[in-house]
Formats: sequence, structure tokens, C-alpha cells
Amino acid sequence: MAIEIPSIPLGDWIEGGLEWLTSEYSIVTRAISRVTQTGIDGLNDALMWLPEWGLLAIIVGLCWWVANLRLGIGAAAGLALIWNLGLWEPMIETLTLVVIATLVAVVIALPVGIAAALSERLYRMIMPVLDFMQTMPAFVYLIPAIPFFGIGSVSAIFATVIFSMPPAIRFTTLGIRQVPGELIEAADAYGATRRQKLFKVQLPLSLPTVMAGINQTIMLALSMVVIAAMIGADGLGSEVWRAIQRLRPGDGFEAGIAVVILAMLLDRLTQSLRKQRKS
Amino acid sequence: MNENRNVKIRVRNLSKVFGSHPKKGLELRDQGLTRAEIHDKTGQTLGLSHIDFDVYEGELLVIMGLSGSGKSTLIRCLNRLIEPTEGEIIIDDEDIPKLDDKALLECRRRHFSMVFQNFALFPHRTVQQNAEFGLEIRGVDKAERAEIARKALKQVGLDGWEDSYPNQLSGGMQQRVGLARALANDATVLLMDEAFSALDPLIRGDMQQELQELQSRMQKTTVFITHDLDEALNIADRIILLKDGEIVQIGTPEQILTHPADDYVKRFVEGVDMSKILTAEHAMRKVRAIAREDDGPRTTLRKMSENNLDSIYVTRRDRTLQGLLEVDAAERAAKQGADTIREFMTQDFRKVGPQEPLHNLFAMFSEKGFPIAVVDDSERLLGVVVKGAVLDQLAQAADPEATVTDTDTAAAGGA
Repeated sequence: MAIEIPSIPLGDWIEGGLEWLTSEYSIVTRAISRVTQTGIDGLNDALMWLPEWGLLAIIVGLCWWVANLRLGIGAAAGLALIWNLGLWEPMIETLTLVVIATLVAVVIALPVGIAAALSERLYRMIMPVLDFMQTMPAFVYLIPAIPFFGIGSVSAIFATVIFSMPPAIRFTTLGIRQVPGELIEAADAYGATRRQKLFKVQLPLSLPTVMAGINQTIMLALSMVVIAAMIGADGLGSEVWRAIQRLRPGDGFEAGIAVVILAMLLDRLTQSLRKQRKS
Repeated sequence: MNENRNVKIRVRNLSKVFGSHPKKGLELRDQGLTRAEIHDKTGQTLGLSHIDFDVYEGELLVIMGLSGSGKSTLIRCLNRLIEPTEGEIIIDDEDIPKLDDKALLECRRRHFSMVFQNFALFPHRTVQQNAEFGLEIRGVDKAERAEIARKALKQVGLDGWEDSYPNQLSGGMQQRVGLARALANDATVLLMDEAFSALDPLIRGDMQQELQELQSRMQKTTVFITHDLDEALNIADRIILLKDGEIVQIGTPEQILTHPADDYVKRFVEGVDMSKILTAEHAMRKVRAIAREDDGPRTTLRKMSENNLDSIYVTRRDRTLQGLLEVDAAERAAKQGADTIREFMTQDFRKVGPQEPLHNLFAMFSEKGFPIAVVDDSERLLGVVVKGAVLDQLAQAADPEATVTDTDTAAAGGA
């Protein structure tokens, strides 16, 4: 006879908790939702207000200036292809989501990362949370996002921020902890305050590592923003999603290639920013 | 050496225990347990124990010991980069271990500049910005600190390198930047933690010399840490020898060399070439008789025979050295009925400064064995060195049992 072990109602508890959060803090979530939506619309409108060739020229110029002519040429070719495929508007929508999600993630991650680097206790508390955030399947974040913020871009941003933030925190912490002890000692010996030590020694020296973390965050944000099409986020992801529903592999690959181009562009751009800082 | 004996830093009963229960470590030490026993019993490491010493204003004090002797801990306790477990460190009436955080920052800014073994330059800052660091931390305004830092860089011979980054510089130059950073800060005490140990021997010698020059020019109170006895003897006004966290001996380089406190110091000292450390001053003795250039030959001859000399130095009234008169030249002058000995002096003798190393003196003794004249900067005769005295000094230095012979008693014993 099999012994019946009652299963722990973990799922029920989480749902109860989320429901309580949604109802208790609806004012907060609605406010966040409104602000974020305004930000998304504003940036999106600004980018779309520019003619395609205008924005293309700006991005190519930026690539040339920050990195080199080669990246500029690559960017021109890639963006021209996206334009030609008629994916310009969804590409801009995706870019907007990535930029805003990354901004929010970095604004949260930097202070948290710095604090974790300076306090051993906080470090021990935060690391398992980061592991949780990173290993939880990305889709799962989409579900509670909907009751919080409804279907659409704001929920996408919420899930993306959670999913893409950990590397920025980790790399910031790592970068600051990697600053050689003797340099800290030198700063101390000359009577630097904690703030002076942070801004004159620890942060400048950890900048290349922090930039590597931000690069990772951008890449993760891009992948999540595409997945977030499932909860109604606009952009290249929704093109892919539509292609899946209509079983049109050609359309799917076209949108997929546009994602790849955007990813490579963002990656090379942030990496060369980092290298420039280093030298 | 140190006319000015004001105490700058007074360290009393300083101890440091590394570990989770430092007080326990001190208790066991007070019960008479050794360092090793304390470590075995409790896991606490006795880093420093009962350290007492003074740092005098303007002196260059070298703390010497092998690795693990506690010298790095000691220098870091002074500015509390490491927290002392017990004891007093008084600088200008402030007891450093008792300062709160804010007062400690203030104290570090005012009193301590530090130079590190591996330079510890900030790689993201230019040479100039590195030199400005201490001033920037203190909030000195931009134009002023740029000016001071430029001066400091010039002092260490780095003008023209202001806009380079540390990684573009050689090791020796990097440490000059480290030194400039410390000098620009103009704190009252300079702490140097194995500052030259990472440099190759030639550069190291140069830096030692430059430090001495800077130090004698600026009279900056300096605490210098090294594991190298030669370096210590070369630059120190006084040396503190540290072993297993305790002071073994405090003394001038000569005292350490000639009177090692125990076998440990003795073993240390055995590797040192004495003749490089001892100078003409040590072997010099007072001149028993001198002649004036307007003395008559007969007077001079009498002086020489009374003092049993076969040559005599001739000086002016202010003891400025004029020449040497040999006994046969004096006799010749007497025979010719000369009024003065002026025409009969010879310049065929050697003279040296008081700091001339003894080993250089051997080659200078002529066949006739005239004593070597020791003169000061303005050519005034301070004393003479005879061949026997040099050997005497070296023999005594090699045999630490013998008593120190200062210049006066040496003079009584000579030829």
C-alpha cells in the first residue's frame, strides 16, 4: 500500500502571496506602470520620429566614433537589411525595450553591487538571490508580471529587469573586490574617507569589469525582450511569435536575423566602449 | 648626528595579536608562553609584543628584521592600517590607538605619508595625479596641489613625466612617483615600507643615496623598513632590530656592528664588510702637535722631537691645512738659517674627509708612511689617521668583545 505523502502546497502559497501583493500594492504597481509606459512611448516615438536613414546615419556614426570604421560599415549593412525586410519598426520597439530595461537594471544593480562589495554580510545575502534570479527559467517571470502590470510592454520590462540584472550586480561586486589590497591600503594611508576611496580608487579601477557586466545585462535583456512577446510585448519578438502561430518559418527567420544583427551591434558597441576605457 | 632630540613618536608597550581572541593571546604571553606555544594553544598569532621605542624629530630610523619578524605590522600600527591590540603610540600629544575614525583620518592626513614596497600607484591616474593624491584627499585646491606635486616630482627627478601613466615607467621611476606622492603630501612623518626592496641593486643604491640627500636636506622624520642589513647600515641614523615580534636591539649602525646585543644580531652582522661601514672619522685621532708656517725651523724641530714625530702638519691659526714638514727638510732649513719653514713644506701627502670609508684609506698610505690628514669642508685639520689605527679599528670591529674606541682614546694609544 503506497503511503500518501501530502504534497506541500508551495504553488498555492506563492499565488496567495502574489495576489496579496497585487491587491495591496496596486497603487504602486499602477504608478510604476504609468511611468514606465510613458518612458517607453517617449523613447519609441523619438526614435520613430527620425527618418530611417537619419537614425541609421546616427548609429553608423556612433559606431565609427566609439569603435572603428569596420563596425560602422557592418552596422550600415545590418540596419539596411532590417529596413529592407520591413522590420524597422519592430526593431525600434525592441531596441526601446532593451534600452529602458538595461537602464533600470543598471540603476538598481550599481548601488546594490557596490554595497555587496563593501559589506561581507550583504554579499552573503545577495549571492543566493542572484543565483535564484538567474537560474529560474525566464518564462516564469512573465506570469506574475501580468497581474502586476497587465499585458504589454511594462510587464516585459519588469521581467527583463529581473532576468538581466544579476550580471551587472555580480560584475560590479567582482570589479570592486578585485581592486588590489595595496591600493586600498595606499588610499587609507593618505587618510581617504570611504567615499573618497570609492570614487577615486575603487570605482574607476573596477570600471572595465562593471562595463563587462553591463554588456552581459544588455545581451540578456535582448533575449528576454524577445521572449516577452508571449505576454504582449511589441517588437521583433512579436514578429517571431506571429510566425510561429502561422507556421511561417521564413518570416520567423527574418525576424530572428534582425535580432542577431541588433545583438551583435549592441555587443560590439558596448565592448569597444569598455576597451576604450581600459586603454 | 642628531642634535635635535625632540621625540616625534613615542611608542610604548605596543603589542599586536592576530586572531579572533587577541586578549587571550596577551594573557598567555603574560603567563610566559612563547609565540609558538600561544599559536598552538589558541590559534592566535603574537605579531608584536612589548614594543617600546622613540622616533626622534628629523631622524631616519630603520626598522630591520627578517620576514615574519613583525616589521610590516609595526609600521602599519603606527598609522593604524593595522589595529594595535594594546599600547600607546603618541604623536604630538595624540594617542593614535585611542583616536575615533574622524580623528584618525585627520591624523593620517597631517602626520603620515607612506611609500610602499610594490609602489601601490594608482594605474588609472597619471604621474601628476598620483603625486597629487594626498593633497586631493585633503581638499587642497586644484591649482595649488598641481604646483606642489610638480615641485615634488622635480625633486625626485621626474619633471617631464607628469602626463605619463605609471605602467609606462620603469620600476625605479615608479618608486620615485611613490616618493613624490609622499613628499608632496608634506606630512610630518614619512613611512617607507620596504620601499626599495623591489628594485634591482644598482637602482636601489641610487635611491638610497637620493633618500639620504633628501632626508638631510629636508630633515623629514622617516621610519624605514627593510630586511636588508646593508641597506639599514647605509642609510640609518638609528636601527631597530626586530625578531619574532620583539625588539632585539636599538642603536646606531656602529653600535649594532660593534656591540651586537646577542647572538642573533651577531649572526646578522657577520655578513657585513666592516671596512665599508667604518669611516676615517673612526680611525682618526687628534693631532698632538702642529706647526705654523711662520714658525722658525728650530722651534719646529723641537716640537717634533718632543712629540717623537718625523713629520708635522703645518696650519694657519684657524687650523687651515697648509702643508707637511718632514724632519730632514726641517733640519735643512735650520742649516740654511731660514727664518720660517714656509719654503720647506711639502704637499706630498694625502688628505680625506671624515666620511671617507676606511677601506679607501689603505691604498693612500705612502711608502714613507705619513699619517693621512682628515680635513673638513673648509680644509681645516680635524685629525690624522695612521696606518696602525686603521687596522686596529677593523680588528676591533671584527671582534665584538672588544670595547668601542672613540677618537680620543685612540689618540692616546697611537705612534
